[in-house]
Amino acid sequence: MCGIAGVIHRDGTADIGAELTAMLQSMKHRGPDSTGYAVYGPADDLVVIRFVLAEPNKSTGFGMEERLERNRAEVESRLAKIGAEVATITSDTGYAFRATIRYGGDLKALADYLEDVPGCEVLSLGSSLEIIKDLGDAETVSGQYRLGSFRGTHGIGHVRMATESEVDLASAHPYWAYPFADVAVVHNGQLTNYHQWRRRLEQHGHRFQSECDSEIIAVYLAEYMARGLSLETAMKHSLDDLDGVFTYVCVTGNELGIAKDEMAAKPLVLFESDPLVAVATEEVAIRSVVKREVETRDPYEREVLVWQV
Amino acid sequence: MPGSGSRSGVSYDARGLVEPHAEMPENIEVDGHRGRFDAAGLTIRQINMALRKLIYNDGITDVTVLNPASKHSLAVGILKRCRIHFEGSPGWFACGLIDGPEVTINGRVGWSVAENMMSGVVTIERGAGSLTGAAIRGGDLIVKGDVGARTGIDQKGGTIIVMGDVGINTGFMMQRGRQIICGNAGANLGDSMYDGAIYVAGKVRSLGVDCVPGEWDDTDTELIERKFRIHGLGDPPEFQKFVCGKQLHNYDALEPSERKLVIH
Repeated sequence: MCGIAGVIHRDGTADIGAELTAMLQSMKHRGPDSTGYAVYGPADDLVVIRFVLAEPNKSTGFGMEERLERNRAEVESRLAKIGAEVATITSDTGYAFRATIRYGGDLKALADYLEDVPGCEVLSLGSSLEIIKDLGDAETVSGQYRLGSFRGTHGIGHVRMATESEVDLASAHPYWAYPFADVAVVHNGQLTNYHQWRRRLEQHGHRFQSECDSEIIAVYLAEYMARGLSLETAMKHSLDDLDGVFTYVCVTGNELGIAKDEMAAKPLVLFESDPLVAVATEEVAIRSVVKREVETRDPYEREVLVWQV
Repeated sequence: MPGSGSRSGVSYDARGLVEPHAEMPENIEVDGHRGRFDAAGLTIRQINMALRKLIYNDGITDVTVLNPASKHSLAVGILKRCRIHFEGSPGWFACGLIDGPEVTINGRVGWSVAENMMSGVVTIERGAGSLTGAAIRGGDLIVKGDVGARTGIDQKGGTIIVMGDVGINTGFMMQRGRQIICGNAGANLGDSMYDGAIYVAGKVRSLGVDCVPGEWDDTDTELIERKFRIHGLGDPPEFQKFVCGKQLHNYDALEPSERKLVIH
């Protein structure tokens, strides 16, 4: 049991960090183990990288401080070697970092090169996407990463109850669609043909950060979009290709889409108005940002909906 | 031990659901046999504590709850004749396991409304999520909007009336009771049903395993007209009836005590 949420403002930027935090915190009962966000700030010429150098529960202890410092220096060195000019690099935790760089090269090569640094995992890469995830509930993670003041146009979030894998960052959502910029997914459900699709996508050169079935969806969609399909068409294909019970939300630089499997087995509630679309596993999350009685509905089976910024 | 509680308190509550020290709300207004309170800012336990106090301790028979704000598990397990009005939308599991109350919800509800209801009436002015009326055993459940998937799954009695559309697997494994659907029905209607009847006025995307069109008789007309009259739903549209084809389950091999469950 997990909880997912998404918001998209179609009339400009808003406090999406605070909004998603309120939505996710209201669904804490669906999963207190970890919380994650994929948020989109205003795009500019810089590439934003979110990466970690250690799992939170393994980031302290004998020699870790020096090791993290050494590896951070190695990341900066590699960025310089690959031709990226670092504009900023900051950390809220000591193990999770945000960097902005000027870089016009291949993002896959960049991600692979950085992930060769011991402990390094690139959480997201793009012109506006930032994935932030950590252990604990939404208010804990939001406070840790100061997301309350994050402004942007759209974003998604996830609260996780660990049922089949570890309580760690690798198993926490959202998942970035490595190596495609600005694509991320949150998912509630189980994919039963996970291994089949993982092997298939690995044969196309993709690598996976986790053992989590949800990561498949992000890479699957991005792979199809890279072939020229729209997000909506790729999501409709996924209903035929992915087996299992699932509801997922996918975001790109300017879109947010939802999909439900053919059994409509996993919950999702939708609120749609001209300026705002909000989706969540439970209506209580929508009520945390739209504080009045509003018309909502449960999308039906095999329903795919996409909204643009 | 994780997940366990104790007499003195709660040792582990990672999800923040337990409220061992919840206090009775102070904003309860009582006027004769009527009571009301504003649920804004109250926790689930506080709302249910106030409801139970009014109904069980104070003998109030007509309670209005303002601003339920989609909170879950409200008015669950009320086993007494009374009236409860929600001004706003409760969340999941509202009115589950009730036996007797007449509930009106001036809003929409989340998943599993009136689950396992034994008797009473629940009327929802707007739509409902999936698993609406799951496993109800008696009473009437009326939804004036659309509902999600698996309406009346495992239904064992009672009547579910939906004025709008229903989703996939409506009536899945229903065993008794009636469903009256005024809109369209999604795929797999009545899949693996044992008994009971489903009436649909709109289009049916597909029938489930062993669900077949049924023969209409006067008792069907009487039932539908009576239910629409009692609940003030206007004139009923024309319906098509669907029942169990009795080819899937081994009805001939039932024990005598079980046989009564499947004979019309």
